[in-house]
Amino acid sequence: MKKLLMTFSGIALLLVLFIGLQFALTASRSQSDSGKKDTITFYNWGDYIDPEILKDFEKESGYKVNYQTFDSNEAMYTKIKQGGTNFDLAVPSDYMVAKLKDAGLLAKLDKSKLSGMSHFDKTFMNQSFDKGNEYSLPYFWGTLGILYNKKVVSEGDLKGWSSIWSEKYRHRLLLVDSARDVLGLTLLSQGKSVNDKNVADIAAAQGKLSSLMPNVKAIVGDELKLYMAQGEGDLAVTYSGEARNAMERNKDLAYTVPEDGSNLWLDNLVIPKKAEHKEAAYALMNYLSRPDVAAKNAKYIGYATPNKDAKALLPDSVKNNEGFYPKQDLLDKLQVYEKFNQYWTQKYNDAFLEFKLGKS
Amino acid sequence: MKIIERTWLTFAFFLLYAPILFLVVYSFNSGEAMQGFDGFSFVHYQELWQDTRLLQIVLNTLILALASSLIATVVGTIGALAIFRTQRKLLKETLLGLNNVLLVSPDVIIGAAFLILMTALGLKLGFVTVLLAHVAFSIPIVVLMVLPKLQEMNRDLVLAAQDLGATPTEVLTKVTLPVISPGILAGFFMALTYSLDDFAVTFFVTGNGFSTLAVEVYSRARQGVSLEINALSTIMLFVAFIMVLFYYGYSQKQKGKKTKLKEKVK
Amino acid sequence: MNKTKKRFTEAYLGIYGLWLIAFVVAPLLLLVIQSVSVPGQGFSLSNYKEFFTSGPYLAMTVNSVWYAFLITMVTLVIAYPLALCLTKLKHRQFWLLLVILPTWINLLLKTYAFIGLLGKGGLLNSGLEHLGFGPTQLLFTNGAFLLVAAYIELPFMVLPIYNALLDIDPLLPAASRDLGASAGQTLKKVIWPLSLPGVKTGVQTVFIPSLSLFMITRLIGGNKVITLGTAIEEHFLVTQNWSFGSTIGVVLIIAMGLTMALTGEKKKKKKGGRR
Repeated sequence: MKKLLMTFSGIALLLVLFIGLQFALTASRSQSDSGKKDTITFYNWGDYIDPEILKDFEKESGYKVNYQTFDSNEAMYTKIKQGGTNFDLAVPSDYMVAKLKDAGLLAKLDKSKLSGMSHFDKTFMNQSFDKGNEYSLPYFWGTLGILYNKKVVSEGDLKGWSSIWSEKYRHRLLLVDSARDVLGLTLLSQGKSVNDKNVADIAAAQGKLSSLMPNVKAIVGDELKLYMAQGEGDLAVTYSGEARNAMERNKDLAYTVPEDGSNLWLDNLVIPKKAEHKEAAYALMNYLSRPDVAAKNAKYIGYATPNKDAKALLPDSVKNNEGFYPKQDLLDKLQVYEKFNQYWTQKYNDAFLEFKLGKS
Repeated sequence: MKIIERTWLTFAFFLLYAPILFLVVYSFNSGEAMQGFDGFSFVHYQELWQDTRLLQIVLNTLILALASSLIATVVGTIGALAIFRTQRKLLKETLLGLNNVLLVSPDVIIGAAFLILMTALGLKLGFVTVLLAHVAFSIPIVVLMVLPKLQEMNRDLVLAAQDLGATPTEVLTKVTLPVISPGILAGFFMALTYSLDDFAVTFFVTGNGFSTLAVEVYSRARQGVSLEINALSTIMLFVAFIMVLFYYGYSQKQKGKKTKLKEKVK
Repeated sequence: MNKTKKRFTEAYLGIYGLWLIAFVVAPLLLLVIQSVSVPGQGFSLSNYKEFFTSGPYLAMTVNSVWYAFLITMVTLVIAYPLALCLTKLKHRQFWLLLVILPTWINLLLKTYAFIGLLGKGGLLNSGLEHLGFGPTQLLFTNGAFLLVAAYIELPFMVLPIYNALLDIDPLLPAASRDLGASAGQTLKKVIWPLSLPGVKTGVQTVFIPSLSLFMITRLIGGNKVITLGTAIEEHFLVTQNWSFGSTIGVVLIIAMGLTMALTGEKKKKKKGGRR
């Protein structure tokens, strides 16, 4: 009993110590923040902004930024919908903007308060998920493509999506774990749209997909870049941002978008309806749209920026890289994912699940 | 026999610590990833020291883990006593079954269910909701660790104490609790482990600026976890190791005192 | 005297019961309600019907049970001798804490470390190469998946077994040896049966979570192994079909209840036999 008591009082003491430390830290932080205006809650993907930008913004504007993170669009949706926290600015992807909008969870943007609109490239504005950019501004964009190892795979062999079915790549391919993307590329290879809503087409795509299995080494998530950098796979279907990250770690890697088109994805800044500090949210939005800031952010993140004036500030090696900033004719072939209702989401996911189970 | 034992221990500890060692070594890498060692440096430790946001998250995590496991240990021990003392078989089985429900439910489900529950109760998401959730999923493991100790306890001990005129409170503090204390301690450490490691449940029930290390690490996965986290883990591991040494040294000393006392009595 | 004791018991029951109702029964009810309220249909058992008639889900269930069984076995095989060795050490409590220590490091981080260790250019492979085995594919194999899963579950198996072993009266094995039993016989006939309660707790704490593993299946197994956990995760986070996700959850909970009830029965018979 004595030992038990001693142990637990030790633990309680430790607890008190930590709480004290936490208070000290919070106090020291708020002291340097004294005289500041509101605190803005920024809900973003983990590590999806250059931390220096947030610090500079705090210094410049007087607002304080509370940076909160999520790891998937759907998880973010759940949290915003549940409404336990009032987020002031969030970063959903394209289809999720539509979903949030339809659920009435977004505030309409007041264009008179936006100062950076002229910097954006028209290609990325006025998209189907948010006509006229009434609710969102693009943050970063990219494509779905093929990341490959130049030493063992030649780009000439990767002209169309069908090329990954080639017997050459037996057990060498990594796939991104996403029903929409994998089924989408199969549909593209069959000349269909990534937004196909035809049961027969989906069944046909599933049929074709099942013959891809011998080539597939693994179906993975965000860690795909890590595997490719380590040389676990010779080629992989992944997003441009992920590819860029892997290429920085392994110089033998390169990225290409097949000629039969691909998906264009956009991450966007939105203001949730329940935001309590809308003025601050606009201030941060405008700050992020500034060409010098957007360029700095793009350098840190490595994704393509929709801000054309910021792009001009990037080094030539980056902005002239066709893998990341494709030429206009390929850009025209890119399709943005439309929002699916639960029925179609389920359809795509069931097809993908059967594909995955068919492996063993 | 001795050789086999030594070999097995070496093997098991090698297995347990190989990935940890890997993480520790890479925390000193001057490069940015856990791949190819570029050179020795303290860069990531410096980064960590300047990252007050991350340090606050670490403190949050530790406070949450210690507080939730303390509460869970108390309630869990009470729960184990309740289950143990219950005579009616049906009630006993029901209690035990309900106890295990949270243990088997996948984290995502627990998280989603708690989110609905907490918002239905009108609680504002934040430290309190996360604390409640952590206590909730830690209790079953405490019960599971304490209950066998109770069942193995020699009942004659309790009877003897009662015959000698001990009140129920005395029986509890002088007989029962000391006998089951290894189970209680094991339960506490298990609860601590569950709490430190949990991502899914915390993610669902957190809000208003409260975040834990696991949530932070997972949401960084999209960009690749930075070596700053390795540095942090190394420090935490080091501190934990020192504490283990300290705790052990202290309890050894206590034991030493006790045996001396016993000799004196003799 | 007995009255006070009864009051104590009632107080325990009260506290614990309240807790159970608030944080187990209530969420459980929510879960069940959700599983039978299909969007657009109101109350319906169609989710359950779909689960039990769909090939992929049944295949996945079988898969989950099989792999959970394998993981439990691998963990037990490593953990039992380890726990046994630990009890014989001089500073055993210290070593036990060292077994628990690795669990305090973030799971995702440890998994990333394993990716580094098991990878093509990883340490293990370069070691194998020195021995002349050439680079072998280790990641995305069932072996790697079992190893990492067992690694994660190991402490949860060691702890209860260790506790059970420690409770064995040291006189019993000694007596067995005096009576001429070999070390092997003593282990088999005396130590093993006496440590069974610990083994049972260990198996429960490992088998059940193993049914719903999801992260390692992807990171280490490359989704070559798909468990029910993966499906639940997907329904809650990707397709947002909470109703069907809850259905799988309810099925899982019922299945575990049955398993527990069955193993519980056995234990009682044994106890009766001993007395």
